[in-house]
Amino acid sequence: MTQAMIRSENLVKSFGEVRALEGLDLEVAPGVIYGFLGPNGAGKTTTLRVLSGLARADRGSAFIDGLPVRMHDRHQLSNIGVLPEEPAFYGWMTPIQYLRDFAAPLYSIDIEEAGSRASEILDVVGLAYAASRRIQGFSRGMRQRLGLAQALIHEPQVLLLDEPVSALDPAGRKEVLELIDGLRGRTTVLLSTHILADVERICDVVGIIDQGRMVIEDKRDRLLNRYARPLIEVEAEGDIEGWAESVRRLPIVEHVDLLPNLVRLQVSQVETAQGELLRSLAQDSVRVRRFELIRPSLEDVFLQLTQSPDSVR
Amino acid sequence: MFRTLLKKELIAQLRTHRTLITLAVFFVAGLISPLLAKYTPLLLELVPDMPAEFASLIPEPTINDAVGQYLKNVSQFGVILVIVLNMGAVAVEKERGTAAMLLTKPVKPGMVILTKWLAGMVNLSVGLLLAAIGCAFYTTLLFEPFSLLNFLALNTLLLVFFGVYLSITLLASTLARTQAMAAALAFTGLALLLLLGASPRVQELMPGKLLVWGSSLVLGIEASAWWSLIAGIGIMFACIVLASVSFNREEI
Repeated sequence: MTQAMIRSENLVKSFGEVRALEGLDLEVAPGVIYGFLGPNGAGKTTTLRVLSGLARADRGSAFIDGLPVRMHDRHQLSNIGVLPEEPAFYGWMTPIQYLRDFAAPLYSIDIEEAGSRASEILDVVGLAYAASRRIQGFSRGMRQRLGLAQALIHEPQVLLLDEPVSALDPAGRKEVLELIDGLRGRTTVLLSTHILADVERICDVVGIIDQGRMVIEDKRDRLLNRYARPLIEVEAEGDIEGWAESVRRLPIVEHVDLLPNLVRLQVSQVETAQGELLRSLAQDSVRVRRFELIRPSLEDVFLQLTQSPDSVR
Repeated sequence: MFRTLLKKELIAQLRTHRTLITLAVFFVAGLISPLLAKYTPLLLELVPDMPAEFASLIPEPTINDAVGQYLKNVSQFGVILVIVLNMGAVAVEKERGTAAMLLTKPVKPGMVILTKWLAGMVNLSVGLLLAAIGCAFYTTLLFEPFSLLNFLALNTLLLVFFGVYLSITLLASTLARTQAMAAALAFTGLALLLLLGASPRVQELMPGKLLVWGSSLVLGIEASAWWSLIAGIGIMFACIVLASVSFNREEI
């Protein structure tokens, strides 16, 4: 069995009265892109801070590449790249100065290699055009790109990314996600994000954390198959409220959302439901504009696992 | 790592104009001291309706006045400058998030503190050198030649004096989470030293005694303050070690 590259066991961390982590267990295999999901305040950033040695857990332990995580462990930090949620830089520096003259030498990269690597990585993150501009005037998106560049400058084995695309525009998000996607197999990536579509797009494994505990951790596809219920959307001309009320009583229908001219149904057996619903629509002479089977999304899984039991039927 | 961090700190001092401010303040303070000593009595004589008896009471300025003015001006401006320019050294990095970026790289937190202290000392040394050049030039010109070697010794003692306040400020900046809190802590440290200096027994250990020693050296008076020097170096060492330990243990 392969040893996990990132592992935490029963991590507990409190801030005064607030329990940020409540016995968190986490396991990330080498070379995997791990999507770390959770609502605000679930404990994602605290987990990343503990793993990157910026904070210590009250109880439990964390390991990277089999070695226990300690604060300011220079050996361990030389194999890790960290991108905080809001990366901060010295405003008087330029990106090339930050990477070539500051970050790279701290990782003991020699000056010539530092120069070529810095230029290369700036090109990869799409900041080559601003390489010699002062960071002071950078937007949040540009800082996030530079944050990613500094996390990658030493080609780390492990990459800890806290909301790496939150400040980027759609094109920027696509570029950065493709870049992270390209690291699969070479670098172990722990990516915390709120953007479920991004996790769905690039992550191999997904962990959902809520109130400091791991709610579920599994391969993305297995998770979708297990938790995401199929949805059927019916759009009609005119009023379909009556029809929606009638199908609500069917045993295969688990939940009904009624919107103007649109009904969204959560069903237990797709094939049976499709047949029954189409028959029912014909019987009630509903003029159907669209009848569509919606692909289950991670958002459904996320909501199902993190919302209170009352809000999930 | 040490070289990279020190280089960054020295460039930061330049780019954030801390070096420029230090040089300007020290140069002016050094330059005007002998001028003030020489011309203050003349200026007073020019005051209209000054009674002749009063004017005759003002003694002829000597080199003692020039050195006294120099010590007073440079030390007073210098201490405030040291606190104001360095109170954010660590606190601002924590506030802005650059400390978190730095400490996720393979660096020793103690090394960060040490390089900040060294950069501050380099800044102060250059400032003091300028102040000393300005003061020595006008003192020789307006008064009489004096031992430059002893004047160098005086400035070395001044550097130790500032080093104590720089170390206290750095410790305050490390213990505080914000720049404002760091300023409050540093000025409390300054007040504490002044209060302690009021006690005759502790006075001998206070950094202020270094200034008296320095002045005596230039004026050829037999005096020394070795215990104050040892205590000053001890305070610097203790502050740097405490700041390093605190920064090492602190969660960012």
